[in-house]
Amino acid sequence: MFSRFLTSALFAGASAGLLTGLLQLYFVQPVLLHAELYETGALVHFGADPVSAHPDLPGFDAVRDGLSLIFTMLTYTAYALILLAAMSLGEERGAVIDGRWGILWGVAGFVAFHLAPGFSLAPEVPGVAAADITARQIWWFAAAAAALVALWLLAFGKGWGAWIGAAVLLMAPHIIGAPEPESFSGPVPTEIGALFAARALGIGLAAWVLLGSFAGFFWQREGAQSA
Amino acid sequence: MTTMIKTAGATRSKLVPALFAAVLGVALMALTGHVQAAALHDAAHDVRHATGFPCH
Repeated sequence: MFSRFLTSALFAGASAGLLTGLLQLYFVQPVLLHAELYETGALVHFGADPVSAHPDLPGFDAVRDGLSLIFTMLTYTAYALILLAAMSLGEERGAVIDGRWGILWGVAGFVAFHLAPGFSLAPEVPGVAAADITARQIWWFAAAAAALVALWLLAFGKGWGAWIGAAVLLMAPHIIGAPEPESFSGPVPTEIGALFAARALGIGLAAWVLLGSFAGFFWQREGAQSA
Repeated sequence: MTTMIKTAGATRSKLVPALFAAVLGVALMALTGHVQAAALHDAAHDVRHATGFPCH
């Protein structure tokens, strides 16, 4: 049984991760590189002269971008393991797990691991002011875990108790509040920061839809082969 | 009675691998997305930003 998890997660995570990595390189990486020009001081926002919004950006870097592809594949393989664990428990409760229903599971994964934490800790470009990293990580894990439980309650819970519990779990991390910086000292223009957050969330949704669909597909195929 | 025992057994046999898969997934995600060791941080830097993990 465990090999079914591993095989499905590896295939789904590696393929969805590779596609996501390529999407990130095209849509997200240029925004990040643009921000780094401000982070390093190569460009200065609100200096003496207006700064062009279209500077020359560094091109493809085999080592840096290759590592990004590898780590994206690893990250989405990790997410695939978590998603498949949830899918298999859902299957026990009568949910159909295949490539088509997997899309819905993928959207749920996006909400739990990307949108819910990002609602208060927006995806940030390099060079923005932020609170202590450990505090933000603890809050990130708590927000993701709370959203995960909330979505499970919405999908499989019955009655008002489950639904109200889900709403409380979804809102609580944001009412308590994410760790915030003491002061704003980031040199990056807000336009770049906003575009980066939008792009990161958009590609995140695409990534999770791919991951959910692939995970459902491979889970069903591996099950059919072993049966 | 027999059916019930079988069902419980089947559920348990899936629960343990599912739990193990989830733990392995969280561990791997912590490694690629959250551990602050310099080498890991530098290699995964762009991914951490693009994936919305807290970075720096």
